[in-house]
Amino acid sequence: MEEAKPRIAIHKFTSCDGCQLAFLHLGEDLLKLAEKVDIVHFVEMGPINPTAKVDVAYVEGSISTPEEAKRIREIRANSRYLVTIGACATAGGIQALRNFADTKSWMQAIYATPETISTLDTATAISNHVKVDYEIYGCPVNSQQVLASLLSLLQKVTPSARRDKVCLECKRLGYVCVMVAKGEPCMGPVTHTGCGALCPSLGRGCYACYGPAENINTEALTQWLSSLGLSDAEISRRFLFIQNSAPGFKEAGLKLKKKVP
Amino acid sequence: MPYFLAYEQFNDLISALNALGYRCLGPQVQDGTIVFDDLTDAKQLPWGMRDAQKPGQYRLQKSELNESFAWANGPQAIKPLLFKPKESLWRVERDEEGAFTFKETLPEHKPIALIGARSCDLAGMAVQDKTLLKGQYGDQQYRWHREHLLVIAVNCSYSGGNCFCVSTKTGPKATSGYDLALTEIQNGFVVEVGSDKGRDLIDSLHCNEAEAAEIAAAAQRSIDAANMQTKRMPKDNSRALRDILMNNLDHPRWQEVAERCLSCGNCTAVCPTCFCHHQTEHPTVDGNGSVHAREWDSCFTQGHSYIHGQVVRDTTEKRYKQWLTHKLGTWWDQFDTSGCVGCGRCVTWCPVGIDLTEEMAAIAGESNVVVDKKEKDS
Repeated sequence: MEEAKPRIAIHKFTSCDGCQLAFLHLGEDLLKLAEKVDIVHFVEMGPINPTAKVDVAYVEGSISTPEEAKRIREIRANSRYLVTIGACATAGGIQALRNFADTKSWMQAIYATPETISTLDTATAISNHVKVDYEIYGCPVNSQQVLASLLSLLQKVTPSARRDKVCLECKRLGYVCVMVAKGEPCMGPVTHTGCGALCPSLGRGCYACYGPAENINTEALTQWLSSLGLSDAEISRRFLFIQNSAPGFKEAGLKLKKKVP
Repeated sequence: MPYFLAYEQFNDLISALNALGYRCLGPQVQDGTIVFDDLTDAKQLPWGMRDAQKPGQYRLQKSELNESFAWANGPQAIKPLLFKPKESLWRVERDEEGAFTFKETLPEHKPIALIGARSCDLAGMAVQDKTLLKGQYGDQQYRWHREHLLVIAVNCSYSGGNCFCVSTKTGPKATSGYDLALTEIQNGFVVEVGSDKGRDLIDSLHCNEAEAAEIAAAAQRSIDAANMQTKRMPKDNSRALRDILMNNLDHPRWQEVAERCLSCGNCTAVCPTCFCHHQTEHPTVDGNGSVHAREWDSCFTQGHSYIHGQVVRDTTEKRYKQWLTHKLGTWWDQFDTSGCVGCGRCVTWCPVGIDLTEEMAAIAGESNVVVDKKEKDS
């Protein structure tokens, strides 16, 4: 009898759906992958079975509503491995900016009938709610990242946990440093690699969408950005952006924000 | 006997190299700096450009001279051609019976002629030769690239603000490692021959022998470049730095520099002698094969000192100490030379302008500033 194929689910929480596209963009590899695994839940692609028991669950999006807080626990219970994909799932995403504001007053200001909306005061990472086995950084994550993680898990190998800075990727790809050569503010020295140094390849500074690398020195970068002419408010916004609630970025950004008159 | 290659003959040099099957790479202005790219015409060279380098800053400026090599260096030169940033080493395949076959993956491309390598770049290549070619287990990929590289050096007539090759005795004039070495003077170049390949190449161009005045002018350019240097490595980059560093492992400067250092690894990536790398597996989707590849790593990453569940150098202080004590210290034990060639790239391309000569000066207690000769004499 043929061995059962590993079962995969791709779940969505509060997010833009962009990270799920990393699977759809696999092209021919997705067809090859479909021979190796059963994709049992992936709304964006077709199959719907949200409560299926799976070997690997990929989770996109932050926990932003009471319903989501409940649903993620069920997914955790049904999944052998839980892998978060993207800024929303790993750090709360852009919507976590509301964690620094008064959600209720925002609701009043934006919606005509805020009482019809069920939401939490915060948007938080999946790891704030359940145990996460692996996190894939990025906004959005790319196809190579998700494929590499899945192939590793299928081969029973721990997925790569390298959290190097974007700078190393720029150097490996032969991109000229925009900060040194042009004085262009760049978040590369504190940002997690994985994007292929996309923005520096186009001559602009990294805006930290992949979140914090390991062992970052936000203080030293802040001082240098300041010497390039950026105000505290501008530097603060660079930290408190897509990855505003990621460890390291949050503290650096809030510290600068407090200094702004 | 040196020759004279007039500016008008530069394209003949490119054509001759192409005719011999070489892909020519030469310096060109790109992205606010000077990088090596395909060279098909002398017009592409950085005519009239000069680099202003400071710690953490590189700017191109118009030079008062309309010369093609009146600049010091750009972010990279020889290293990425020989020790490639990413390269596959071998592949493995599983057949229908489940048996594995391992196959080496050697590079395949046209030989490269690099025009415009500097003396410091050649010194860096000599250090990498020791690291990657010597001994029983030489690096196959590096060897292949090395055997398919022809180097036309161009001696510096100018030193950037971060150059200190005089103190490391690796420049500004190239002394070995090149096939041809050019020195730019009025209307062209004085050419010196460094190998049989270089000899055949220059013979094919039918250049005139250089006149005495031209040879003297070329010699003066190197002297001028040397005199422009304001920076130096303490103890002239000698073996003495090894003991100074190893006797100062608890110096307060390590913690101080760690507060400024981003631990980003830029210094190691632009260094012509840094060779650290890690290897990764790239399995095929069907699970029946994999390519084993390596890519540049850095002693400033977590992975560099990860050993079975433990990161040995978990702080920037430890990582910076590793970089400097190896580069200027224990490199002597390992390769009988310093790992620094005085190019100043790690100083310029550090995003926060950390200067290794300044750090070394703080620990060695000896200045990294060249005392003005006139001042010294008076």
